[in-house]
Amino acid sequence: MARLAALTGNNAAAEAIRQIKPDVFAAYPITPQTEMAEEVAQFVADGILDTEYIPVESEHSSMSACIGASLAGARAMTATASCGLAYMWELLPIAASLRSSVVMAVVNRAFNAPLNIHCSHDDSMGARDSGWIQLYSENAQEMYDNLIQAVKIAEDETVRLPVMVCMDGFIISHAVERLLLLEDKKVKNFLGEFKPAYPLLEVNNPVTLGACALPDYYTEHKKQHSEALRHSIDKIMGVANEYAKLSGRSYSLFESYQLADAEYGIVILNSAAGVTKAVVDKLRKEGVKAGLLKIRVYRPFPAAQIVQALKNLKVVAVLERTDSFGGVGSPVFTDISAAFMEASTKEKPLMVNYVYGLGGRDVGLEDIGKVYANLQAINQRGKIEKSFAYLQARE
Amino acid sequence: MAINLKEIAKKEELFTPGHRLCAGCGTAVLMRQVMLAVEGPVVVSMATSCPFVSTATYPYTAWKVPWIHNAFENAPATISGVEAAYKALRKRGKITQEIKFISMAGDGGTYDIGFQALSGALERGHRFLHICYNNEAYMNTGIQRSGATPLGAHTTTSPAGKLIPGKREFRKDLTAIIAAHDIPYVAQTTPFHWRDLMTKVQKALTVDGPSFINVLTSCHRGWRSDIKDAMQILRLAVDTCYWPLYEVVNGKWRLNYKVRNKLPVIEWIKPQGRFAHLLKEENQPIVAQIQQKIDENWEKLLARCVAD
Ligand SMILES: Cc1ncc(C[n+]2csc(CCOP(=O)(O)OP(=O)(O)O)c2C)c(N)n1
Repeated sequence: MARLAALTGNNAAAEAIRQIKPDVFAAYPITPQTEMAEEVAQFVADGILDTEYIPVESEHSSMSACIGASLAGARAMTATASCGLAYMWELLPIAASLRSSVVMAVVNRAFNAPLNIHCSHDDSMGARDSGWIQLYSENAQEMYDNLIQAVKIAEDETVRLPVMVCMDGFIISHAVERLLLLEDKKVKNFLGEFKPAYPLLEVNNPVTLGACALPDYYTEHKKQHSEALRHSIDKIMGVANEYAKLSGRSYSLFESYQLADAEYGIVILNSAAGVTKAVVDKLRKEGVKAGLLKIRVYRPFPAAQIVQALKNLKVVAVLERTDSFGGVGSPVFTDISAAFMEASTKEKPLMVNYVYGLGGRDVGLEDIGKVYANLQAINQRGKIEKSFAYLQARE
Repeated sequence: MAINLKEIAKKEELFTPGHRLCAGCGTAVLMRQVMLAVEGPVVVSMATSCPFVSTATYPYTAWKVPWIHNAFENAPATISGVEAAYKALRKRGKITQEIKFISMAGDGGTYDIGFQALSGALERGHRFLHICYNNEAYMNTGIQRSGATPLGAHTTTSPAGKLIPGKREFRKDLTAIIAAHDIPYVAQTTPFHWRDLMTKVQKALTVDGPSFINVLTSCHRGWRSDIKDAMQILRLAVDTCYWPLYEVVNGKWRLNYKVRNKLPVIEWIKPQGRFAHLLKEENQPIVAQIQQKIDENWEKLLARCVAD
């Protein structure tokens, strides 16, 4: 029987970790992830969770230890945020190109300066090109569900790539929500045992991992990694389908909300999808064909599927909780623009990019309402005047 | 635990020939000694450095043991993950064998950029041996100074110039700093003293907890010395008391080699081109400073060591 619970996002993630039962968990505290690291430590201290908890001296070491543990043949997990993710930056591409199966919870938090402990997506968006799979979660339920699925994806023999599972700092990590938890046994059976490919601890079959590869071989290593990441999209869907049978909750590459016949769309990630749905509902009642596309799988990027979902809209706003300073637009906007360039379709919406909610600034019904109003105005004008703007900023 | 040369000669080489380290590289010699000293299965984690690029360039490897390179500053953190995985899988009954763990890094990867990861892993009590192959500079990137580079040495980032006579700071006493971590086993040695080195590796691998060995090793490219002198220079390092052979076992300091005829430090300085400028008249005060420091440290060490 599923259990109904009232948990914060951090509690929910910790609960998922308890059920996943990693062999090794290495973490270093950082707001707003701290509670999760504490709770897992408490599980271990209370004998509820049989895991080697490595209380590392830094995030650089938590990721280093997870890479070592995963390649040794163990199920390894960690969690971090913001500066912590930045501090382990060097190791992200190593974890991925060495084909480790590390799963990491990322509680999205802004980058300094100015120092800010609240939500932006600077951390995980910056890491989008590190070769990891990235899943985004709107709420505690999705964080819980995504973490469990992430382990199955990461450890799949056709994938063997690390997965980052993101939720919004404070907005989700610290807010209590109602959610459904699976039985421990179900999670255990769903995940099965980790079957590593060439584990270091198989001492009778010694392998050299992390070798140096010069111009004669480096390209082939990277190409294999690149292909593995692109191909993982099928497995991600396969795992989602299996998980749906288990949990009754279905997941896809992205969620389409009132999108099929929509004229005005917002593309968004994580918690702000909630308020956007509320605005969509309101506008629909008023006869405005508003819709939402909420990305769940950002890497590998489901380009063709997103083009298909957006191509018939009139105007689309990509809302992002980060800025790619000096770029064409923020990361998701740039990706979707590129996806349309690449696609053979002639239909294509007008598209704008708005930066919102930086450093935890609340995004409300009015803010999102304004965006949809802008989209309608753009449609009336028939052209875009300013494709990139900061919402909510004082002038 | 006597090291028997006849027995060793029969052992399989786990660090194999055909690697790309320089002829006369002290680190190649010490790697071989370490791997011959090891008994039973072992997993090695190595930091980015000369011996990394020279022994594990795809599609070749010189290693016949499970071996991982992760990055420059995290060999001890990486092995702590491997060791934790071992503990977990052993508890779950998936592994039954006894396995030992070694992390290795140069002086750059140990004294400087890797110091935090090492200190953390030692404090957490993982069961592993960290070996520092200490050639007193960043050799892989072309002889830059490190926290292990001695006063007066010329490196490419502490060059001897018209105004500045090489490195202006003393090296840090890392072995003592590691000993202050209160771990079961800490030692210093050199590959010239092969029996001492191999005995220390064996001792370190039997303790129940972290251990550390700081191995002074020569680099003729960086030290600007004659290839054939590699081992003799290391002998001089010990005979001048520049690099005493000692160990700290459960907090007890012990001298492993009593230097009876302590040679003046100039004997260690002379054969090395990195110190060439110190032979000039105007730099004699630096030599005197070096000698004084060695004398002080030697007295301090003797006072710390328990009488046998
Ligand atoms: C984070 C990072 N900074 C710098 C480097 C460049 N680097 C690679 S090896 C090395 C020096 C290694 O020196 P040491 O640890 O003394 O070993 P040796 O090569 O002398 O054996 C440096 C600076 C790197 N790989 N990673």
